[in-house]
Amino acid sequence: MNIASFAPLAVVLPILGAALTFLLIRHTRAQRAVSIALLSLTLALECLLLASAWNGGTAAVAIGGWLPPWGIVMVVDQFSSLMLVVSSAVSLAVLVYATGQGMADGDQDAPVSIFHPTYLILVAGVSNAFLSGDLFNLYVGFEILLTASYVLMTLGGTGPRIRAGVTYVVVSVVSSVLFLISIAMVYGATGTVNMADLAIKLGDLDQGTRTLLHVMLLVAFGIKAAVFPLSFWLPDSYPTAPAPVTAVFAGLLTKVGVYAMVRTETLLFPGDTLNTPLMVAALLTMVVGILGALAQSDIKRLLSFTLVSHIGYMVFGLAMSSVAGLAAAVFYVAHHITIQTSLFLVTGLIERRGGSSSVDRLAGLAKLSPMLAMLFFVPAMNLAGIPPFSGFLGKVGLMQAGVELGTPLAYALVIGGVVTSLLTLLAVARVWNRAFWRRPTDAEHPDPVLLASPARVSGPGAKLNTVTLLPRTMVGPTLGLVALGVALTVFAGPLFGLSDRAARDMLDRTPYIQSVLGPDVPVPATPAVGGMR
Amino acid sequence: MSVNLTLLIVMGALYACGIYLILERSLTRVLLGLMLLANATNLLILATGGYAGLAPLFAKDTPAQDYSDPLPQALILTSIVISFAVTAFMLGIIYRTWLLARQDDIQDDLEDRRVAATPSFDAEDDAEVPAETSEFPLTMLGSDGRDVSNHAASNNNADLQTDQPVATLVAGGREMPAEHAAAEEKPGSLNVDSGPEGGGK
Repeated sequence: MNIASFAPLAVVLPILGAALTFLLIRHTRAQRAVSIALLSLTLALECLLLASAWNGGTAAVAIGGWLPPWGIVMVVDQFSSLMLVVSSAVSLAVLVYATGQGMADGDQDAPVSIFHPTYLILVAGVSNAFLSGDLFNLYVGFEILLTASYVLMTLGGTGPRIRAGVTYVVVSVVSSVLFLISIAMVYGATGTVNMADLAIKLGDLDQGTRTLLHVMLLVAFGIKAAVFPLSFWLPDSYPTAPAPVTAVFAGLLTKVGVYAMVRTETLLFPGDTLNTPLMVAALLTMVVGILGALAQSDIKRLLSFTLVSHIGYMVFGLAMSSVAGLAAAVFYVAHHITIQTSLFLVTGLIERRGGSSSVDRLAGLAKLSPMLAMLFFVPAMNLAGIPPFSGFLGKVGLMQAGVELGTPLAYALVIGGVVTSLLTLLAVARVWNRAFWRRPTDAEHPDPVLLASPARVSGPGAKLNTVTLLPRTMVGPTLGLVALGVALTVFAGPLFGLSDRAARDMLDRTPYIQSVLGPDVPVPATPAVGGMR
Repeated sequence: MSVNLTLLIVMGALYACGIYLILERSLTRVLLGLMLLANATNLLILATGGYAGLAPLFAKDTPAQDYSDPLPQALILTSIVISFAVTAFMLGIIYRTWLLARQDDIQDDLEDRRVAATPSFDAEDDAEVPAETSEFPLTMLGSDGRDVSNHAASNNNADLQTDQPVATLVAGGREMPAEHAAAEEKPGSLNVDSGPEGGGK
């Protein structure tokens, strides 16, 4: 009995948790306990999956005993198990943070009792998308997580959230329809939706049909991953949601799109037919995204733009279709999920402490709360790619792969990547200088609370005030996530080794296809690519 | 694989109407458009199954080519359930929008408008060197960021206000800085009032 046979539990456990928490909807404490316990259990299981896949054990589970290519399969390989572990760790941290926020605010009468079930459904959808070895099951995974995200996005039903929710729902539904159309066309052309089977059969199609299917899938996933010019919806809709919800969306949802793009590029359509347009899209995503971030004065919107911008790095790594590039992209995805989520969580704390998330109003937070300043500073520098951190290592990996490829476009992307990194530094340094460093009197629209704060902190009752504003249950998970981001730096060596093996296996395709369809299936040779060295 | 021409034509018509409708600003029409798109896609999936045939696994000795392909129908069933959930949720959103704003239209993003209206001049980053020697102190910009200023800031430092008066004028029953009044002449100006729920007017 292989541990990988328990992979479906990564989807089943959160759904079970959702059912239980829905039954416990009137018992807030029990609800919190159940959801945190089940998510921890899922995380433990996924750590075991990662351990079993660490040295290259790709395993496939046929659901219900229906053999592939007819039945649905779930595939555990290095990339999918790494994504599972990182995403579950991040969602657990956000869940504890949200629970802490609920406990601090005493939200008994708010409609957030549906938060826990919906959140667990979202986690189940993400796990399903990562594990799926079947194109239609991938679609179902996307729909599970999207439907849950619609509810979370409009939680509370205030005006701005409904407005943002409309944009988000319509764009997501259109991208899902595009995905479904592509699945129908793929099925019409090949007669299968099993991804391993497709990997073999798509190669027999003529070039025109192949390219059409390829482009349609990439556009559908590109909307979900927010690749420029399909990224317009993201900075519009994410910032209005509650802080923990924005954090988990920013960390996970776009990365599921990136994951699907990686599978499309490596498994279904190997070769370099669309590498040039992908590279151009990556360059534009990086540069346009970060220029948008520089124009923002609201921290949440600024971070949403940096999120779009840094998707460009991952697409860059993917578009090189070389082992070095793909390995760097895998590492970068793991790094970026952690860092972007922790930055959004810190922004939630800033909003609580400073009363606003606009850098025009915030000032002097470093003096008010050195802890908060540290929590912002470390992931911000990590995001910008300041040397010892994992952001720097991921970017260096990408640059090296780009230089190794050596085409003019690759050099343009390397330069674009460096510029984007510098501009990210500028953007987060502006937030730092304004919100944390300057005196409260220097703010453009000074907040009376912040102006009065120094006096109050020294006064009696200051202790009480700080405790309610920054409860330990919210600072704790944020600190944990920031520490995880630092741990990615410390353990970057083994992690890069893992991503390297994952990239090698994905470009080789043999482990994936043979684990699904049986060891004696002939695997068509991957078309020779410039970067396959 | 052979396909049914009627199905294809209906599918095309549904796609065309669906795309037209989701480009509308009215939310109900957008919802109808999404439903049409979903149904057109269901037809497309059905078409990939080929011609209609016998039910699979019904009679024991039916030759394989007489069966109709069951997989597309299973896929359609799933996609109908999903679009049902999305439609129900959209109806909820439309009702909520109606409750909040009393209209069926997509609301503007206030922050977008604010960013668009922000002058390229940034008080902290682009401040000019203070020019106390000027003969025209009213029009000059100070280095302390109080030039694009607002009354909240000035009121907090009421003692400072006397040193550098901000040129104000009264328009439309309220007092505002002269600079803002000038900006109001332009389209997309700073003076966007927000509704109580954040929707722009």
